[in-house]
Amino acid sequence: MTTEALGKIYHDGDVIVRQGEMGDCMFVIQEGVAEVLQRKEDKEYCLALLSEGDCFGEMALFEKEVRSATVRARGEVRVLTVDKKTFLRRVHEDPSLAFSVLQKMSHRIRDLNAALNKALGRRSSLR
Amino acid sequence: MRGRMMASGAEGNPRGPKLEDGSQVAVIGGGPAGSFFSYFLLTMAQRIGVDVQVDIYEPRDFSRPGPGSCNMCGGVISESLVQALAVEGIKLPPTVVQRGLDSYFLHMDVGSVRIETPLQEKRIGAIHRGAGPRGLQETRWGSFDGYLLDLAIAKGARRWPQRVEEITWTDGRPHVKPQGGTSQPCDLLVAAVGVNSAALKLFTGLNLGYQPPQTTKTYICEFFLGQEVVNRYLGSAMHVFLLNIPRLEFAALIPKGEYATFCLLGQEIDKPLVQSLLDSPELKRCLPPNWHVPDDFCHCSPKISIHSAVHPLADRVVFVGDCGTSRLYKDGIGAAYKTAKAAAKTALFAGVSAEDFRQHFWPTCRKLRADNRIGELVFAITRQIQKRTFARRGLWRMVSKEQQLQGGQRRMSTVLWDTFTGSAPYREVFLRALHPSFLSRFFWEILRGSLPLHKTGAQARLP
Ligand SMILES: Cc1cc2nc3c(=O)[nH]c(=O)nc-3n(C[C@H](O)[C@H](O)[C@H](O)COP(=O)(O)OP(=O)(O)OC[C@H]3O[C@@H](n4cnc5c(N)ncnc54)[C@H](O)[C@@H]3O)c2cc1C
Repeated sequence: MTTEALGKIYHDGDVIVRQGEMGDCMFVIQEGVAEVLQRKEDKEYCLALLSEGDCFGEMALFEKEVRSATVRARGEVRVLTVDKKTFLRRVHEDPSLAFSVLQKMSHRIRDLNAALNKALGRRSSLR
Repeated sequence: MRGRMMASGAEGNPRGPKLEDGSQVAVIGGGPAGSFFSYFLLTMAQRIGVDVQVDIYEPRDFSRPGPGSCNMCGGVISESLVQALAVEGIKLPPTVVQRGLDSYFLHMDVGSVRIETPLQEKRIGAIHRGAGPRGLQETRWGSFDGYLLDLAIAKGARRWPQRVEEITWTDGRPHVKPQGGTSQPCDLLVAAVGVNSAALKLFTGLNLGYQPPQTTKTYICEFFLGQEVVNRYLGSAMHVFLLNIPRLEFAALIPKGEYATFCLLGQEIDKPLVQSLLDSPELKRCLPPNWHVPDDFCHCSPKISIHSAVHPLADRVVFVGDCGTSRLYKDGIGAAYKTAKAAAKTALFAGVSAEDFRQHFWPTCRKLRADNRIGELVFAITRQIQKRTFARRGLWRMVSKEQQLQGGQRRMSTVLWDTFTGSAPYREVFLRALHPSFLSRFFWEILRGSLPLHKTGAQARLP
């Protein structure tokens, strides 16, 4: 991965955002893979793998809540930060800019629904 | 059979012309404005299921090095544009971005100081508009303009490598005649020819009320240094020169892959002015000690827009990018993105009449124009500081102290960062500079710097 490229490079295992912390920006992956992890009691679950073009941390742009999951580099990953202020100013001028983010959030809901259905199916077949 | 789809929404002029399935759009110029327009029009048309044909006329071959395939500029992609494109899903790959920048050096006669972004992340892109300077042996990075044009083509635009040499009006529609071709009618004509083209005359003859932007001459040159020297001496920082030289607004040295672009902006930049800058100790300080100006190097004197065009819209015609409305001295590509996207949205969702453009496209231009007026004021103040040693020393002291402090308010650094990188609207820069804490701190540093004991300022270390 070239160090001259845009964004910031994180190395394997580096935490990019941490569950429970406040955030005021979102991130767009430029190169590489990152994993989304959630901690329940003392266990860590991998919710998704993100790759080039995926964004994360976008919930912080819309709500004043703490980060809902941890995102960690899996191998080297190059990430670009988008500030809340810059994003909201641009969306105010041009609401269509939010389209790609909405599209990604909608994909995520679809994936979560599929995962939920799969889990429910597994539970009912166990009964 | 496919139904005839119309793209207009309820908000458009109900009797005005609309884009519908089969509509022809002619885009003259495949620089950033023309490519952004085509890309967004086609992306949004596909989303709502309207099938329009977009033809881009662009004679430059962006895959060849040299001035003939270059749209002459400093090649800085602003922080705000880098972020907006990332959100749009438009990636700027390392095959096009030669260097990400995360800081800049401010050079003045009283000293130099490095200003860093709080995030310490490379969010400014340094690119070449064409495939590279004249004399380039091996092209390792692609052209920025070529990359954007390819994105538009991938969305379905057709590219014609001819210059448009005539525009006529028949049966209420514009007709476009490319060199060596026949005249073609279109439903919408998008002018994206920049300000360095004789094509501007084609529009003034059409009685649309359009008057091209006022321009001034600038100067750009490219120095080959080799990647190692660029890394070692310039690194990931842009170098801005604020010198007391008449007619010079500012100069910047921008590190690319193996080259550094030297760019001079001001009023009618001429040869003696260029020479005085090339000989300046401030420039020599950031380059290797044995470096001297080469005998031959790629250089150009493009025009830059200093006042926007008059009437950049008409029935079935819209002017995007530099030939319509741009940003004063900074982030011209960012302004091209904004005006091109506003025009594409208007054409698709409202209509293509002058009234539609006035209602939905013009507010974007008006906002840029209003901000440019504040920009003129910002540059007038910068010019006054540039002329006065005590003010330059005060500024240098204030920034140096801010950069040494971890955390804390970096008021002057932020104001300068946004002014020279074009990252924020001039209005925001101006309001921040009016803050009482900013002004009192600045006056205090001017006062301290004028005392005999404090006059000598140590040079900040270069990388
Ligand atoms: C010295 C200088 C430094 C600059 N530095 C920066 C910077 O660092 N960052 C930044 O964002 N902006 C910068 N700019 C501004 C930037 O160059 C412009 O804002 C930007 O190029 C505008 O894009 P455009 O597509 O409107 O026009 P252009 O880039 O000029 O493109 C116009 C296109 O139209 C084509 N064309 C012209 N006539 C015809 C015809 N008859 N038929 C078909 N095609 C035609 C041309 O070939 C060209 O490709 C700088 C400008 C100058 C002068």
